[in-house]
Amino acid sequence: MLQENNLENIITTKDLSVFYGSTQAISKINLNIPRNRITAIIGPSGCGKSTLIRCFNRMNDLVPSARVEGEVIYSKQNIYSPNVDPVHIRRQIGMVFQKPNPFPKSVYENIAFGAKINNYQGNMDELVEKSLRQAALWDEVKDELDKSGLALSGGQQQRLCIARALATEPDVILMDEPASALDPIATLKIEELMQDLKEQYTIIIVTHNMQQASRASDYTAFISIDRTRVDDRVGVLVEYDQTSKIFVNPSEKETEDYISGRFG
Amino acid sequence: MNQPKKEHFKENLKKRHSSAKVFYFLLLICLLVGFFTLSVLIIDLAVEGGPWIRSQLFTNYHSRKPEEAGMKSAIVGSLINLGLTGLFSFPLGVGAAIYLEEYAPKNKLTSFINININNLAGVPSIVYGMLGLVVFGRMFGLFAPDSWLVQFFNLPVGKGALGGLQFNLLGIPWLEIRLPFGRTILAGGLTMTMLILPVVIIASREAIRTVPNSIRDAAYALGATKWQMISTQVLPIAFPGILTGIILSLSRAIGETAPLIIMGAFTYVPFLPKSLWDQFTVMPIQIYNWITLPQSEYRIHLAAAGIIVLLAILLSLNAVAVFLRKKFEIHWS
Amino acid sequence: MRLGKTTTQIFERRIDPSPNSSVRKKRLGSKEKWISRILFFCGFFSVLVTIGIILSLFTEGVGFFLRPEVSIFKFFTGTTWRPLSKTISPDNFGVLPLITGTLLIAVISALISVPIGLGSAIYLSEYASDRMRSILKPILEILAGIPSVVYGYFALSFITPIVEVIFENWLGIEVSFFNALSASIVLGIMIIPTVASISEDAMRAVPRSLREAAYSLGATKFEAVSKVVIPAAFSGITAAFILAISRAVGETMAVTIAAGATPQMTLNPLESVQTMTSFIVQVSFGDAPAGSINGQSIFAVGATLFTMTFIMNVISDFILNKFREVYE
Repeated sequence: MLQENNLENIITTKDLSVFYGSTQAISKINLNIPRNRITAIIGPSGCGKSTLIRCFNRMNDLVPSARVEGEVIYSKQNIYSPNVDPVHIRRQIGMVFQKPNPFPKSVYENIAFGAKINNYQGNMDELVEKSLRQAALWDEVKDELDKSGLALSGGQQQRLCIARALATEPDVILMDEPASALDPIATLKIEELMQDLKEQYTIIIVTHNMQQASRASDYTAFISIDRTRVDDRVGVLVEYDQTSKIFVNPSEKETEDYISGRFG
Repeated sequence: MNQPKKEHFKENLKKRHSSAKVFYFLLLICLLVGFFTLSVLIIDLAVEGGPWIRSQLFTNYHSRKPEEAGMKSAIVGSLINLGLTGLFSFPLGVGAAIYLEEYAPKNKLTSFINININNLAGVPSIVYGMLGLVVFGRMFGLFAPDSWLVQFFNLPVGKGALGGLQFNLLGIPWLEIRLPFGRTILAGGLTMTMLILPVVIIASREAIRTVPNSIRDAAYALGATKWQMISTQVLPIAFPGILTGIILSLSRAIGETAPLIIMGAFTYVPFLPKSLWDQFTVMPIQIYNWITLPQSEYRIHLAAAGIIVLLAILLSLNAVAVFLRKKFEIHWS
Repeated sequence: MRLGKTTTQIFERRIDPSPNSSVRKKRLGSKEKWISRILFFCGFFSVLVTIGIILSLFTEGVGFFLRPEVSIFKFFTGTTWRPLSKTISPDNFGVLPLITGTLLIAVISALISVPIGLGSAIYLSEYASDRMRSILKPILEILAGIPSVVYGYFALSFITPIVEVIFENWLGIEVSFFNALSASIVLGIMIIPTVASISEDAMRAVPRSLREAAYSLGATKFEAVSKVVIPAAFSGITAAFILAISRAVGETMAVTIAAGATPQMTLNPLESVQTMTSFIVQVSFGDAPAGSINGQSIFAVGATLFTMTFIMNVISDFILNKFREVYE
């Protein structure tokens, strides 16, 4: 895979596999996520894209039947080793979900939540303002910080969720189809936001919108069903490269088929 | 670029994780309260009441001699009362459920009926006793010798304790009717019916709701009328759920004391009720009576024995209900 | 009537039921009309029940208040309830001691049933595995099914002796054998399943996505539950609390057995008190004649009781409905 020079990898996976009970969801994924870039994960639905991204902040732990094999290296440590506290990891690797899920609290309290439980030492008001500015929401809500998060529009709610994730000052932001529940204008706002955010943060975004992936990301990973397994539906990494290459001149035929819409 | 960020957050992981553990143990203690209570109760009942479960308990009436005391009339009274309650509440409750689920239009009257049923479900049981007393037991005093009804129609009411109107329906000797119903087992059954009716309606509605609409559509498409559709398709499918609901309501009714006391059930009944117009007592009232007597043979041992019998019948009813539910459960694939 | 029809039969009906055909008459005929009338009556019957309750309580209650020996004002404000006293005067018919006894027991029992019920609900909804739930929920259901009389027995045989030991032997405080505390404890245990059930429903209504958001920000389970789930379920939990008090107010037998029959204005739970419900039971045992002052007093007390529980139930329902609106 062609990578820019002098690029540091912030997350690396080694033979990452996930099982739910006896069913395997993804198999032996090896990925290097570069720092301060936007990496998109694309592929047909049901192939394990969400499962993969949820390994990065150990959200799969919340599913009782989930079992993870392989390694996920972050900060020079395998985050799945027994002495790593998932609570600690999740402050550093934040997440934005498909459907906006602000807490039924005020805008201010939504953003302050993550900071408060992690015992933020600095000025909370400044942190709230900074997070909202970074999420391109400050101007719209600055006079109404006490308003309930649920009173905002769909697009605003999602930016609120982004601001909320930013408030814990993470290194990485995981986005699981963040714009799929939003209208095109709101979607565009989120994509612009991502470009601004990548200066300070690393972004990994799952999307089944290929135009979005080709517009907005620097690197793209294509996850699809393992063709060698006839009976099971297991996700594997088919191709991973700079976005420009994936969408213009992919190496794998399967990638080309998917991108040109021959299956999905 | 990462190091300064991390110092903003004093994560306090250790403290937070130990708070989480403490919280978890507190929650477990909450659950133990219920478990502990049940265990203590069972042991206490077994120890104090077990040895007193002898044939006298079932063959004798209450007596001033503890050794000879039993709850025969109470057991029979409870069972007859239960039977009457089931008999009255089934048609009324299921009928109401069918009406509300299949016939009722979406208008203000229907919402009012719905709200009303929900409210009735929350009324304390003692109030139903007062309802039973006035409406069934005394019938608002309409059959007292000095009531306007009696005066106006010149009704031949008896005087004294067995006062009120007494006649035979259509002249048939054993179709005797007495008005008001007084302190009889008939009034008792009606009182308990009023008590469990809201719950029976709610449970029956749930059962009817689980029947998929595709079945209704199919029946209509074959040319069935509304009632044909209901009686031949919906009810048979909903029936187990309805039956379960009624049995569970009856198992609650068998433990009720206050409504029957208020409505006029007796405490000491040294005979078995043979007709609807007889006086009666029920197990919880007998148990309550024993608890209030000074001798420990009554208030500890016989009471415990009586409770064991009551709980045994209650549990059997529940077991039947659960068994029926599981056996006739339909899994819509 | 069998539903399987031959195609000819179905088409016959559809194509031309002549106005006089028996088929058509059967379909739209009086049978269906009568059935729907009967069913409507069944549905409307519940309204009659409510009317019956209101009529019973209030006609007799009004009869009570119309008596010269009784004054409505003194009924609701008087602090002495001595209906059996030789002097029959309005001063002896003040209902406040009964209300105080009822509320004292109801509040203390809520202090027991709400935390423990809520704790059980939290465990069941957030922590318990499916296997644990299949063991624990039946236990709660059994607890809910035990008759009030049995709880009364449990109070006297187990709780009251312990209360006496703790307060008299260890702390040297005087305890009457029949006391409000024993009744409250047993009532609290009795109502745990109700609180647990409503609270658990409220918490399960909180969408999973909110919990995920909390965890993704680095919250421990305790933090996610206490700072996100419970506040989100708060109005549902409040409704459970109000309902717990309402149920405790309406409870009769356990309280009658354990708390005694001494109407007094006391807030000391170690004393014997009398609740509205146990007064009504007491009079009913006494075979007071229908029109007598005591016979009628139970309706005045009953009407007060009914009104109190009715108001609490309405408030609780209102809160629950508002809560459901948010999450559906």
